[in-house]
This record gives sequence, structure tokens and C-alpha cells, in this order.
Amino acid sequence: MADQLDDYINAVARAMSLPLEDAWRPAVRANLEVSLQLARMVDEFPLPDEAESAAIYSA
Amino acid sequence: MSETPAPMSAAVIAQAVSSQKLTAVAATEAVLARIAAHDNTLNSFTDVTADRARARAKSIDAAIAAGQAVGPLAGVPFAVKNLFDVQGLSTRAGSKINRDLPPAPRDATLIERMEAAGAVLVGALNMGEYAYDFTGENVHDGPSRNPHDPTRMTGGSSGGSGSAVGGALVPIALGSDTNGSIRVPASFCGIFGLKPTYGRLSRARTYPFVASLDHLGPLARSVTDLALAYDAMQGPDAGDAACTTRPVEPVLPSLTGDIGGLRVAIAGGYFQNNVFPEATEAVARVAKALGATQTVELPEAARARAAAYIITTTEGASLHLGRLRKRPNDFDPAVRDRFIAGAMVPAPYVDKAQKFRRWYRARVLELFNSVDVILAPATPCTAPKLGQVNFVLDGVELPVRANIGIHTQPISFIGLPVVAVPVPLEPMPIGVQIIAAPWREDIALRVAHALEKMGVVAAPAPRGIGA
Repeated sequence: MADQLDDYINAVARAMSLPLEDAWRPAVRANLEVSLQLARMVDEFPLPDEAESAAIYSA
Repeated sequence: MSETPAPMSAAVIAQAVSSQKLTAVAATEAVLARIAAHDNTLNSFTDVTADRARARAKSIDAAIAAGQAVGPLAGVPFAVKNLFDVQGLSTRAGSKINRDLPPAPRDATLIERMEAAGAVLVGALNMGEYAYDFTGENVHDGPSRNPHDPTRMTGGSSGGSGSAVGGALVPIALGSDTNGSIRVPASFCGIFGLKPTYGRLSRARTYPFVASLDHLGPLARSVTDLALAYDAMQGPDAGDAACTTRPVEPVLPSLTGDIGGLRVAIAGGYFQNNVFPEATEAVARVAKALGATQTVELPEAARARAAAYIITTTEGASLHLGRLRKRPNDFDPAVRDRFIAGAMVPAPYVDKAQKFRRWYRARVLELFNSVDVILAPATPCTAPKLGQVNFVLDGVELPVRANIGIHTQPISFIGLPVVAVPVPLEPMPIGVQIIAAPWREDIALRVAHALEKMGVVAAPAPRGIGA
């Protein structure tokens, strides 16, 4: 899993042309691990398919 | 320090200036002298706009001498977090990078409205880089320092706003609050802070962080001063896409109204966990004074905090992608690494967080059918030491930075209005959130005012600067 996340970080950095020096990797990884943990917590919550986003737009 | 006494409240200054017992020039000079005397310790200001302030004060005195009305904030000095556009200054937003921007051509809407009511801008205030901060520390400008103990944090990201008002350098400061950035420094610095309903106050010509969560609001040493500033700043503004078109709803007329009929409840569960005894004590004192015994549960509050975190880190990353690519070494490294990680969160999680947000809002709004006010801690602890990385709670070591905002995030996530009130515990104060239903700032402020009158909440004199 650890290697997969490192691979993911490398791939996204390349795909998005984001700089990523070796010295930054531990902190980026630690932050991403926290974000993914919290994101999974949100994702696990059952919502109906009809649930609407709270993002605001009016035509 | 007798030559730089603490300034009077905004209400007292405005009354004295309007009745020509005090000149706006004298009020402004007193504040400038106090900033000169104490800001070396507090590091709350990044820019002092003394020439502008003196000119503005002179024009107010001239208008009063000519018999013109100058507004309810006549001669009241104030300052703004440095993400507000101030004409002639580059809007740095706590960053190194934004100092290269051209000077702002026009003031932010809220500065214009404060000055239209007679107030006098005296400067711009320190803040955490790009507002992605709960500590008030800044690697470029140095940390803002707590006015009750300069070895402690102010909280952030409106750290300079908390320090300047807590240190009684100015009676009013403006700040921004995306996840707690007004309420946290209000708590740590022992002052009052108002985070209005999302969309209530215009954000035009201020530097954004997370558009769907950003709020602006005032910090002050009394509830009356909060209300004076808030009323002066209300009103629609086409310059902010989220700004409400609701009519202005002044709160001052009802500020001293009876609170006996209000139903007050204490936030349970999530809001009573992971707190230091000081936070529990502060909520208990406020609840006792209000006769509140009922507890309500904000459903899925931990998940709400998680969703706010995801929206924040991804929207923030989106805002700064270009700068991350071009100037990564000019960021605070800790902020940069958070933004880079935020850019890597898969989009479906963000969409899910926004959908959860609507679900959560509906459930929390149901609570307001049976209560008018909900009480919760503003922070889990009093101000930590500057640079402190961890604290130990119930025998568990936890990161300070990630846990400071755990009680504010689930509230701003759905834009509820909150007044943070200071409970003057020893040795350090701590805040309590007075939370109301959307658009009911009047209720939260009325309750805060009643608590102030009872002596339960108050902004303590700044003990950390010898004045």
C-alpha cells in the first residue's frame, strides 16, 4: 500500500506538472494520507443517488 | 507605558468624536502611539498606514466642525487582515509571493463601508500564509504574538487581528474565517469575534482561500463594538457572487433585548470530546448563566469536519496550482506541502463532500426548529506555545495544528452565524461559540451581549505587554 501511494503521488505530480522534490515527499505523503483518511470517512456515508451538491450556481 | 493608554471602545470613541469631546485626530494619534509602543512585542501589524489615517481623521474632524453627519463609527480607528485590498498596498495575504502584485487600486468593500460610517483605517495585519493556518505563525513576517503571553500563539489565520484587538492596539479589526480563522484567534486572544452567515458580508476585493467557505467579519473588545462594525458593513454587493441580496438587517436596535424566551442548548457528543478541561469549564459557565441544560447532537459532526477539510485542501490547491508550479520555494514549506497534497485528492471525493454538505445542512437546520442557540467550544484548548507541535489530551499525543479547529469547522461548513465570546479564565482566556440559525446574527449577538452584561464573558486587559 505504501508503495502504491508513492507511485500515485509520483504519477499525479507528473500528470499535473507539479514540482515534487525528494525533501518534500514525506510531508506531502503525510498530508495526503490524512486527506484520504478523511475523504474515505465522507465517502462511506450513504447518500441517495439524487443527492445534490451544495456548490452554488444560478443561471 | 502611561503615554500610550489603551484606546476606548469604538462606541465611546464614536460618541466622543461626534459630540466634539474628542477629535478623530486625537483618537488616531493615540492608537498610532500605542501601536508604536507595543507592536514590537505583538508583531500584529505588517503595514501601518499612518499618513492615510491622519488625513482621514482630519477630514472627519472638518466634517463635524462643518455640521455634517459622519456616521456611527466617527473617528474609530480600525485595522484589517492583510488579505483585504488596501489602496496603495500589495495584498500579500500572508505570503511572500503576493508582495510582487501591483498595489491595490481600490479598498475592499468592507473597508469602504467602515470608512463611510466614519471609521479610520490605521493599517494591515499579520496572518497565516494564504489563510491556510490555525496558529497565527508566519515564516515570512514572524508570528503574531498573544497579548496575554507573547510566548503563546494568537491562533490563526487572523492572528494579527486577534493580537491587535486583544492587545488593545485598536478597538476593531476585520478578519476572515474559512474554517475558524476569526473564532480561533478570538478564543486564544480573549476577545469577541463575529463570523456572520455565509454570504452576509461582501468579500469583494479581498484575497480568497476557499470560495465556498470564506467569510469575513469583525473582532472587537465588546459586543456593542462588534455590532457597530457589523451593521456598518452589511448590504448587497455585486462584487461578491455569494453576497446576499437580502436587505440590511441592523442588529444594534435589538442588542439589549430580552433573551428569556430563547431556547439555548449545549452541543453534545463530538463537541464534548477531545477537549481540555478549560474548554469544558468555559462552556459550562456560559450554559449556567443562560440556564441551558438541554444537549443537542449535531449529526455526523466529525464527518462534517472531514468534508470541510477535503473541500478546503482541494479548493485551496486549485487556487494556487500556478504558483505551486512556478514558485514552490517561495511558499512556507509546510503550506506548500499541504497544497500539493490537496491537489492530489481525487475529484469524486470532493463532489461527495459537497453532497454531504447539503445533507448535513438539512439535518442541522432541523435542530433549529426546537432551539434558538447552540453553545460549543471555540477551541479545544487555550493558546498553545509558539512552535508547539503536539499536545497531550487524555494521555494521547495529538498534533496541535490539526486539532485547533475541530470545533469551528463543522459550523462554518454550513455557514451558520457565530459569535465567539471570551471567558476570562486564568491564566489564559478561551472562547465559546454562540451559534444561531442562518441569518440570525441578531440572536447570537443578543445572547453575547447578555452574557457580557452578566460579567460571564469579557475581554481581559492584555497582561503580556505590560499595559
